Amino acid sequence: MSNVAPWNVGDALPAKRYVINRAALVAYANASGDQNPIHQNEEFAKSVGLENVIAHGMFTMGLVGQYVSELAGSSANVQEFSARFTKPVVVPADVDVELIVSANVAEVSDGAIRLDLSAECNEAKVLGMAKAVIRP
Amino acid sequence: MLNPDLVGHTFTGVESTTITPESIAAFAAALGESNIDVAPPTYAITISLEQSQSVLQSSGLNWDRVVHGDQKFVINEPIRAGMKITCNSTIESARVVAGNEIVTVRSDLVDAASTVVAISWSTLVFRA
Repeated sequence: MSNVAPWNVGDALPAKRYVINRAALVAYANASGDQNPIHQNEEFAKSVGLENVIAHGMFTMGLVGQYVSELAGSSANVQEFSARFTKPVVVPADVDVELIVSANVAEVSDGAIRLDLSAECNEAKVLGMAKAVIRP
Repeated sequence: MLNPDLVGHTFTGVESTTITPESIAAFAAALGESNIDVAPPTYAITISLEQSQSVLQSSGLNWDRVVHGDQKFVINEPIRAGMKITCNSTIESARVVAGNEIVTVRSDLVDAASTVVAISWSTLVFRA
């Protein structure tokens, strides 16, 4: 399956919103096996100097990966995906934190489309240098 | 501190993991992904991070102080249920910056036919 849209370099692709809350972090911890208590236990997170519970960096990156898979038509079309974890996503109890993910088309060739990705919470970037390569 | 002699060393995985449909479905569901024919692009982390943890802990680093710095995946072939994956982890680099130890581990996920299906690079920061 390939993308339906003919993309050009510089195109801004539609943003998508994701919700990050405590229940989502528990689900991700169970699915990924990463049970570090800083992602679930507020008391523990604060005891190690964090403001509050923070999302797994890989959960945030995974949501951006979902966005990329959707753009690519399937996860099977994602060839490369990378990001730097620049700012923790703080997740207070009983709050839905909104993650806004968007992309710009950086390069289009026969074999690959390169995307520059953006992920923001509360108008602050939480990932740096986020990039993906997908099959056209 | 990590023994500098370990930089460049590859720890060959001894046990393979058989990918189950349930594992892919749970990981996809946690990310809001409905397609479970293939694993999401970040699924390799469920295999590679555990192996990195055991390799680095056995090399003397304190996992309680770890923060994920950056992450890259190259996916040659999407991971599917039924694949038997072995993970070989290489410590590519280690350096100390302001007392924090920054270690990059490359994990090659290899299937039963010895094909490298995915490569995961994790840069981990062990806080001082």
